[in-house]
Amino acid sequence: MSNMSVKLPADAFRPVKQTSETSELITRPSLTFWADARRRLMKNKVAMLGLIIIFIITLMAIVVPVFSQYSYEQQNLSNTNAPPSTEHIFGTDSHGRDLWVRVWYGARVSLAVGVFGSIIPSLIGIIIGGISGYFGGKVDMIIMRFIDIVMCVPNMIYIILITLFIGTGPVALIIAFAITGWMGTARSVRGMVLQLKEQEFVLASRTLGASSLSLIFEHLVPNTLGIVVVSMTLGVPAAIFQEAFLSFIGLGIKPPIPSWGQLANTGISVFRIYPSQLLIPAALISMTMLSFNLFGDGLRDALDPKLRM
Amino acid sequence: MVRYILKRLVISIITIWLLATVTFFLLRTLPGNPFQTEKLLTVEMQERMMSYYGLDRPLMEQYFTYMKNLLQGNFGYSLKYTNRTVNSIIKSTFPVSAELGLRSLAVALPIGLALGVASARKRGKIIDYICVVIAVIGVSIPSFIMGTFLQYIFAIKLKLLPVSQWKTAAHTILPTVALALSLMATLTRVMRASMLEVTMQDYIKTARAKGLGEGRITWSHQVRNAMIPILTMLGPMVASVLMGTFVIEKIFAIPGLGQHFVNSITGLDYTMTMGLTVFYGIFLVTANFIVDILYGLVDPRIRLAK
Repeated sequence: MSNMSVKLPADAFRPVKQTSETSELITRPSLTFWADARRRLMKNKVAMLGLIIIFIITLMAIVVPVFSQYSYEQQNLSNTNAPPSTEHIFGTDSHGRDLWVRVWYGARVSLAVGVFGSIIPSLIGIIIGGISGYFGGKVDMIIMRFIDIVMCVPNMIYIILITLFIGTGPVALIIAFAITGWMGTARSVRGMVLQLKEQEFVLASRTLGASSLSLIFEHLVPNTLGIVVVSMTLGVPAAIFQEAFLSFIGLGIKPPIPSWGQLANTGISVFRIYPSQLLIPAALISMTMLSFNLFGDGLRDALDPKLRM
Repeated sequence: MVRYILKRLVISIITIWLLATVTFFLLRTLPGNPFQTEKLLTVEMQERMMSYYGLDRPLMEQYFTYMKNLLQGNFGYSLKYTNRTVNSIIKSTFPVSAELGLRSLAVALPIGLALGVASARKRGKIIDYICVVIAVIGVSIPSFIMGTFLQYIFAIKLKLLPVSQWKTAAHTILPTVALALSLMATLTRVMRASMLEVTMQDYIKTARAKGLGEGRITWSHQVRNAMIPILTMLGPMVASVLMGTFVIEKIFAIPGLGQHFVNSITGLDYTMTMGLTVFYGIFLVTANFIVDILYGLVDPRIRLAK
């Protein structure tokens, strides 16, 4: 800073011996794009906090249902709507099912739907967007017009159609998200590929005899990954939210299999009498979404060179 | 300009036609019939209902009849609400949803943009963190949870506002806030990112180099250019918000369009779903069209008639 001046005596300085060899010496290892991004991400405390929370919730989701003495569908009608206690950590629901197990089993369902419901459509989007952008012309026109029309039909209709066709389990939901969710990614990948394919490195590898496929998937797509990875991360909370919404309107996961959305929906109906039955799943949904959002934001800051401070 | 508008109009009409066609045939592939869900009807009665509504005719014939009516702006009779046309249902429920949507946008848009600008200008300062935290929390809490909590705190515990229904101005406050919070959060996030993106551009450096004050730079250079991503998302956002949101309408018992959308699809009310989808499609296409014209006003570099 220019307004800070420090007085240093002249004898504090001594000349550095520079030869033609030492001046060209690389003192620090060169960082690849991803290594640099990882370093910046690790320095972002908020993003790391998000990652740790995601890790803890995932771990609980894996471990708790395995080691619990109750199963998620085991009813005990003599002990319904019990408040949280040492025996039932989160209490029980209206069928006397242990909510601690149900919540963490629901976490498995919600996280699986969230993660795969975001990754799979993104992968489809990358492939279609890459092809569309690279080949351009007629192929591009047809794919883009197709996307325009398909995107115009409200998502809800597809999701409902698909769940009506193939049932309402978590897998059906992921398939529904895969079929409806790839268009946005395809569009943005296509846009980036359109810009990138005019650059010299593409011309260079084409001159060296690279095939179209290897050009798309080895040279063009990796250059778009930064943005796609960020949108994938931010897509996870969106998919969790979507699952919660579908369960809320009765089209998502069907009982007795729990999911957070469905637990929250059940909780809403008894909220005024047993608030904890809504508060617990609501807090977990919000916390998970928050963590993924924070992590995604951190990832974007780390991957986007333009946003460096 | 005229040529551009005409071209857009033709594309829009084709889009709506394709949309209607795709939805029409998608809906018919669903198993079951609209009258099956009413358990009181015997199979024989269901068949008579089907033939009464012309649903037993060949599919292509039904399609052409439907398209002919659609061209005249007639969405047909609802299969679930006896003796009510889809047009009349839209006419009575759309204004409610639209009012709620407009109120929320009127709250969310200025606040969201202001927070985005403030946060980008004070990047890394406390104001920035506060705005970012508000925005991240806003997008992280699902609307049905937010709505339920608002209802519980302000209506049931504090008894300040009515619990549900859509009657007086006081009734509109809670649903408006519930809807506006998530919109505002999204707008803040996009505006902040967009502002930061613009800050790196050469024309900002030029503006600074020629000695403009920070205020001028922010308002007449940064904000104006940062508005473009906002405009892009505003088209679909306005369309979907005005069409009603199922969750908010259900929680606050608002007689809007959103609930019909979901209920008609699950209840196989073909004409209703078709009507609402086409209505929404027209709305979305119009909104996107207006946005494209606004682009040209905001950024003279984007010329419409390329």
